Amino acid sequence: MYKILEKQVFSPIIKELVVEAPKVAKSCKSGQFIILRIHEEGERIPLTIADYDREKGTITIVFQEVGKTTTQLGQMEVGDYIKDFVGPLGEPSHIEKFDGTVVVVGGGVGIAPVHPIARDLKEAGNNVIGIIGSRSGDLLFWEDKMRDACSELQVTTDDGSYVRKGFVTDVLKEIIEAKGKENIPLVLAIGPQPMMRAVCNLTKEYGVKTVVSLNATMVDGTGMCGCCRVSIAGATKFVCVDGPEFDGHDVDWFELSRRGGIFRDKEQKAMEHHVCKCGSGCGGAK
Amino acid sequence: MTEAKKPKKEIKPVKNPMPAQDALVRAKNFSEVATGYTQETVIDEAKRCLQCRKEPCRQGCPVEVDIPAFIGLVAEGDFTGAISKIKEKNALPAVCGRVCPQEAQCEKYCTLGKKHDPVGIGRIERFCADWELATGVKVPEVAPPTGKRVAIVGSGPGGLTCAADLAKLGHKVVMFEALHVAGGVLMYGIPEFRLPKAVVQAEVENLRKIGVEIEVNSVVGKFTTVDALMEEQGFDAVYIGTGAGLPYFMNIPGENACGVYSANEFLTRTNLMKAYQFPDCDTPIKLGKKVAVLGGGNVAMDSARTALRLGAEESYIVYRRSHEELPARKEEAEHAEEEGVKFAFLTSPTEIVQNEDGWVTGMKCLKYELGEPDASGRRRPVAIEGSEFLMDIDTVVVAIGQGPNPLVPRTTKGLELTKRGNIVADEKAATSKPGVYAGGDVVTGAATVILAMGAGRTAANSIHEYLSSK
Repeated sequence: MYKILEKQVFSPIIKELVVEAPKVAKSCKSGQFIILRIHEEGERIPLTIADYDREKGTITIVFQEVGKTTTQLGQMEVGDYIKDFVGPLGEPSHIEKFDGTVVVVGGGVGIAPVHPIARDLKEAGNNVIGIIGSRSGDLLFWEDKMRDACSELQVTTDDGSYVRKGFVTDVLKEIIEAKGKENIPLVLAIGPQPMMRAVCNLTKEYGVKTVVSLNATMVDGTGMCGCCRVSIAGATKFVCVDGPEFDGHDVDWFELSRRGGIFRDKEQKAMEHHVCKCGSGCGGAK
Repeated sequence: MTEAKKPKKEIKPVKNPMPAQDALVRAKNFSEVATGYTQETVIDEAKRCLQCRKEPCRQGCPVEVDIPAFIGLVAEGDFTGAISKIKEKNALPAVCGRVCPQEAQCEKYCTLGKKHDPVGIGRIERFCADWELATGVKVPEVAPPTGKRVAIVGSGPGGLTCAADLAKLGHKVVMFEALHVAGGVLMYGIPEFRLPKAVVQAEVENLRKIGVEIEVNSVVGKFTTVDALMEEQGFDAVYIGTGAGLPYFMNIPGENACGVYSANEFLTRTNLMKAYQFPDCDTPIKLGKKVAVLGGGNVAMDSARTALRLGAEESYIVYRRSHEELPARKEEAEHAEEEGVKFAFLTSPTEIVQNEDGWVTGMKCLKYELGEPDASGRRRPVAIEGSEFLMDIDTVVVAIGQGPNPLVPRTTKGLELTKRGNIVADEKAATSKPGVYAGGDVVTGAATVILAMGAGRTAANSIHEYLSSK
């Protein structure tokens, strides 16, 4: 059992939990993820590690409520216990001192997993420009943390309700034009699939290397089932052990998005079942 | 009339049948197929045993259970004595009595089997184990602590056996399991209807009672390594029993379509995550009306039978050889057939066809014929030119085998591996790295539960010897 030590509510659907998980905290690196299961009847869901504190033995996760499990997770409070919490899983981000300016892009809830990678890149001596964006200003979080983690931070919102109006790709395009594509050795983007795809389409035009962190459906997260498989440059890879980070220009986005929708009707059914069972979103504790 | 000098024991030629759910009823539920002997039947079956002095049955048991002794006790109605006798050698009798291929092991050598049915050794063992689980488990005696610590990586049948043996010898045993429950393939792979998960967990609990510590949610190779366990955490020896959990795919076009599962995913969702209880359990599974399972082993049979229970109207085993070459246990193939699984023999897919939404709509296949025997001694399947046809299916389960998961082998320094990534271990389960032992599927490739248990036993003996001389 893994105790929830802190909780932050960033918006009605985006929440942060700090979980006591010393084994994970001791060995994790940025870019890796965990799998959790809330209770005995629960499913296993992957979440990228957003922060960690090796001394306190804690892992920070930030998630958006999109279905039954994340909704139930969002209803958990400080002092509650998560049944299973396993990690670190996946390969860590590749961190080195690059020649030029590294751009990290976090979209929506993807701001959280981008954060430790930006911090590591900056600590490795890179000039790191961060771009964070969301649909509207009330969904934005961790602006301060990202400002600390990056050398420079740009903020944008789709509807212009905060700082500036526009997509992260608009900002990225300006940066590439201003710096020159040859001075940007790496773009790292994490966020919803359409956003990562848009970033890749843009950087491909310029020939700028782009790494993305894929969010595939997973079961075990240790390479034993292949549920998370994805085509990378024509070869089948398992996101959980070969990734989650891949060269964005090699990803078969079409296939990834179709595979992500396999259980959509079932997910809806689970959500309805959950709501009708407890009436008012009590957390579904059984 | 001449009188016989000794009254000759009357032999009942036929094994007492195993009571089972009706095939067409059970094909729709996840309850256990075989319901087990009663006290009367088990005593009757035990009395069939000739108690022959040579005890040939014992040579067929990979963990060397004293078979005539426990059967003799059952014949006298002493079930407590019988289960104690079994547990001297076997830590998982409720599992073995259910899933061992006895026809290729103990029962193969039964003297009675030369003329008649062999004694139902597996069925009697199962009865004893279930009887104990129902009436209360006696905790076996454990030797005084030796002060030595052993880490077991993987809690499948091999790891559980190794752990039980070492704990009884007084060593401190800690098992590390990647998933959220212990048991390995017994939990995620073998279906509930063959091996109820409550039975597995009851046997795992027995290990805890003799002091084995089990750390779930612990992926060795990620949160720590074998080297760190020995160098930093003070373990004196390590047993690697991580199995063969890496699914193979066919590498044919369309294999990443929606509706194509590895057998591991299909079975893990169903067994470990209980997707058949969705939405009371949160993990979903989705399949269409016509399911094709690729492969002919036990995993393929389990998948095809699971598909029926999940509501498939048609479930096919698609196998490129013929009935005779099926690698599955005969009993498993028979059960599948009784339940309505259909077999497409001498058939192999070349492409999975999908619609514009990416869902499976069919499978292009070739018909095969059998040619000369290959290196494995089985006749090599040869594709018949021009025999291509489209099979009308909407879900595919790939059950063509598994390789060793590379997480542990790749992160352990100085461990010799084969080309396929299996760990090289000698007949005493010793690897190329001092103090590190390995056994089961990670060494042999995918095999059986009882062979993994045998390897765990061998490794425990070697580790004990190693620790005693250290």
